[in-house]
Amino acid sequence: MTWIQLAPSVTAAFLASFVEFVEAATIVLAVGTVRGWRSALTGTALALAVLCTLVLALGPALARVPDQALQLVVGLLLLLFGMRWLRKAILRGAGVLALHDEEAIFRSESANLRLARATERWGVDPVATVTAFKSVLLEGVEVAFIVIAVAAGGAGLLPGAAAGAAAAGLIVVGLAIVVHRPLARVPENTLKFAVGVLISAFGVYWTGEGLGITWPGQDLSLLALVGAMLVAGMAGVRVASATAARVALRMEAR
Amino acid sequence: MGNLRAILGELVGLFVDDGSLALALLVWCAIVGAGVVVAPGLSPAGGGLALLLGCVVILLANVGWAARARATKR
Repeated sequence: MTWIQLAPSVTAAFLASFVEFVEAATIVLAVGTVRGWRSALTGTALALAVLCTLVLALGPALARVPDQALQLVVGLLLLLFGMRWLRKAILRGAGVLALHDEEAIFRSESANLRLARATERWGVDPVATVTAFKSVLLEGVEVAFIVIAVAAGGAGLLPGAAAGAAAAGLIVVGLAIVVHRPLARVPENTLKFAVGVLISAFGVYWTGEGLGITWPGQDLSLLALVGAMLVAGMAGVRVASATAARVALRMEAR
Repeated sequence: MGNLRAILGELVGLFVDDGSLALALLVWCAIVGAGVVVAPGLSPAGGGLALLLGCVVILLANVGWAARARATKR
């Protein structure tokens, strides 16, 4: 396994997981701060247990799916997933959509949690536990999907992609413990843009493989696809901001 | 039940945010796939290039429409 094969998978898994872990950490921090750490950590642990069960149950099942069908399904899912991220990052980069604000999410989640009635069952607060559980499970499913999908190219890619995601998790948890507040300074939109570019490129590559297209240069073509998606994303920001400005001018002129 | 529905809704939302973008991408992939079956002699670079360019055009058109729609609403 060469670095050219390994680097895109590890980078995509690291960056995408970093963003997902930051989002989960914001909610867990809000739950822990407002309703207590016991419930927050119980919800987190339950979600991690469900995730492990899902991965252990579905992982071996995936090995039974024929290669080409798996490539097509994974490719299409990656394409939809990556393009969704890239579209949002483009619209945010162009100022059409508001930027994702971890501080605002933390404040809003904290306010909601304060409004909910405090109850206790089996030593934990059900509202707080479910909130932490839901957030960690949803972000964790995204991480698991990304790791499995970007490693679909070969058995040797999975440990690297998993290590990338684990490193991102450790960094986010470490930072959250140290600063004890939402990681609002993380350039989330830039990360999402980069992840959108990488995942979309993987999506095009695997969809093509699944459709029976043989890419020239094989794995090397993935780098060309990443470059093409980067250019497309930057062009998208210009298209979106120019369109928004043109419409705004026309509305003012009326 | 409500929580389960919310989780399922959010799982679908991982892949589909703007329905028209997802639909257009799937239709384009189906067209390229049909092209590969109908014209197996198509060069590998041709099929790959068609897939990539179609996806890029769909993305650019979608962000253009989204920007126009948002700006009109303001």
